[in-house]
Amino acid sequence: MADETQRVYALVRSSEQELLDRWVDVAATALQGRLTRSELERACGDLLAALTPALDAAGLNIRSEAYASARAMLAEMSRDRARRGFSPSETATEVFALKEALFAIADARGDSSETIVAVSRWVDALGLHTFEVFARAREQVITEQAEQLLELTTPVVKLWEGVVAVPLIGTLDSARTQVVMEKLLQTLVDTGSEHAIIDITGVPAVDTEVAQHLLKTVVAARLMGAECTISGIRPQIAQTIVALGIEFGDIPTKATLADALLYALRNSGVEVVRRRRTNAG
Amino acid sequence: MSVPEPVDELPINTGDDVVRVRQAVRARASAARLSLVDQTKLITAASELARNTLVHGGSGVARVETVQRDGRPGVKAVFTDDGPGIVDVEKALTDGYTTGSGLGLGLGGSRRLVDEFVLETAVGQGTTVTVIKWMR
Amino acid sequence: MDRVPILSLGDVLLVSIQVDLQDESVVALQEDLAERIVDSGATGVVIDISAVEIVDSFIGRMFATIASLSKVLDAETVVVGMRPAVAITLVELGLSLQGVRTALDLQRGLAALRQRRAEREIPLADESDEAVEAPAAARD
Repeated sequence: MADETQRVYALVRSSEQELLDRWVDVAATALQGRLTRSELERACGDLLAALTPALDAAGLNIRSEAYASARAMLAEMSRDRARRGFSPSETATEVFALKEALFAIADARGDSSETIVAVSRWVDALGLHTFEVFARAREQVITEQAEQLLELTTPVVKLWEGVVAVPLIGTLDSARTQVVMEKLLQTLVDTGSEHAIIDITGVPAVDTEVAQHLLKTVVAARLMGAECTISGIRPQIAQTIVALGIEFGDIPTKATLADALLYALRNSGVEVVRRRRTNAG
Repeated sequence: MSVPEPVDELPINTGDDVVRVRQAVRARASAARLSLVDQTKLITAASELARNTLVHGGSGVARVETVQRDGRPGVKAVFTDDGPGIVDVEKALTDGYTTGSGLGLGLGGSRRLVDEFVLETAVGQGTTVTVIKWMR
Repeated sequence: MDRVPILSLGDVLLVSIQVDLQDESVVALQEDLAERIVDSGATGVVIDISAVEIVDSFIGRMFATIASLSKVLDAETVVVGMRPAVAITLVELGLSLQGVRTALDLQRGLAALRQRRAEREIPLADESDEAVEAPAAARD
C-alpha cells in the first residue's frame, strides 16, 4: 500500500546518517569483530544508498526491477561472506541489524505500529534474499570442492609411450563421467598419446547417460586423432548395454585392461614377445 | 566489478558479423565464469545460429545478455530475423549436417549445446531462436 | 582481408589457422591451396588448428572442402591439433567431419601422410619382373 511505503520511506530519509550509524553499531556488536568497522560502514552505506531510491520507486516489493541493484549488492555481499566462511546467521545479521536501527528511530519519532510492521516485513524480505544467495554460494563452494576431489581421485595413468589409461572406480554419474572424460582428452594432448584405455572393471553399473558419455568420449578422441578402447566390461554391464540398445559400433572393447594394453601396443607398432629359454651348457 | 552493458545488440548482415557475435558471446561467457567446455559449446551454438540467421533469414539481429537465476549467472542470446520463417520445424530440428552440402538448419545440434532453447517461427513472419547456458 | 599463409615442408604444405577466419579468407585459402598444390606438386596438406577455439559447421565444411580439393589433386589432407573442448563440442553438435583425417599434432600428422604416401606408391620394377608387350590390337 502506498501509504505504508510513504511512511517507511519517510522514516529512512528522515535521518539517513543516524540510521547508518545505528545500523553499523548494531551489526558490529552482533558480529563481534568479524568485520572491521570501516568494512561495515562501507557495506551498509552502499546498501542504504541503493535501497533508498528503490524504496521511492517501487515501495516495499524487493523483487521489482527497481531493486535490482540492491539485490545484486546483497548477493555479492552474501557470496563474499560465504567464501570467507561466515555462518548463515552472521551474514543475515548484517541485514537484520537494519531492522533494529529503524525501530529505534521509529520509536523516537513516535511512528505507528503499522509502520513498524511494514519496516519489519521489508527488512525480513531483504534478509531472506541474502540468506538464499548465501545458501547457493555455499552449494557452489561444495560443488567446486567436490570437483577438485574428483580431479584427485581419478588419475589418468600413462601405461606406455603413447598409451594412457583411466581406471574408473565406483558408480558413475553424468557429471563425474564428463569431468573424467574431459581430463582424459586433455591428457592425450598433454602427453602426445594416441591411445586411451577406459577401464570400467571397477564400475558396478552403467546407465544410458553414462554409456552415452563414454561413447561421446571415444568419438571425440577419434576426432582429435587418437583411438580409445573400453575395457573391463562386466557381464552384467554388457547385458545392460545390449538391453538398452546402445550401439557400440566399431569402438574396440576388450575384456581386460591387459588385453586393451596389448591391443594398443600392437597398434603403436610395439610387439610383446616371450623369449624361449635355452639351457646354458 | 564494472557493470557491463545490459544487452549487446549486434546486427547480422555479413559473415564478419557472425565473428562479432562470437566475440560478444565469448566475452559474456567468460565473465559469467562458464567452464571452458561450456564456453566453447555456447559460442559454437551462437556461431551456428548467427550464420543461420544470415543464410536462411537474410539478415537479422543478435541480442546477447548476462542473466541470473537463483544466484547463478548465465548467458542468453536471442537471434531474430524477418526472413521467410521455417516451414518444417521438425526437419529443422533434426541433424542436417553434411560437411559437403550443408543441408538442413542443424538446429538440433545447437539445441544440444545449450541448456535452454526456444524456437519461435511462422511462415512469412521470421524466426526467433533464444538460447541460454548457465554456469554450473 | 588477411590471407592465411601457406608454408612448404618438403612435399607437404602447412597451413596454420590462428584467428577467427573471415568468409573471404576461407574462400581465398581454398583457392590458394589448390594453386600451391599444383604449382609445387605437393602430396600432402596439414591444417594445424591447435590455436583454434571454435569450430562450427562452416569451418567444418571448409576442412571437408579442402580435403576433397586436395584429393582431386592427388594430395592427402590431415587436420592436426584439435583441442579437447572443440572435439567434445563437435561430437555434441553432431558434426562428424567424414572424409577428413586427423592427427594429434604436426609430428604425427606428417608421419600419417608419409605412411599413406608409402602405401599408395606403385613399386618400381625389379629384375624378376617380366617385361610386358603392349597387347595386339583387337580383331574385328
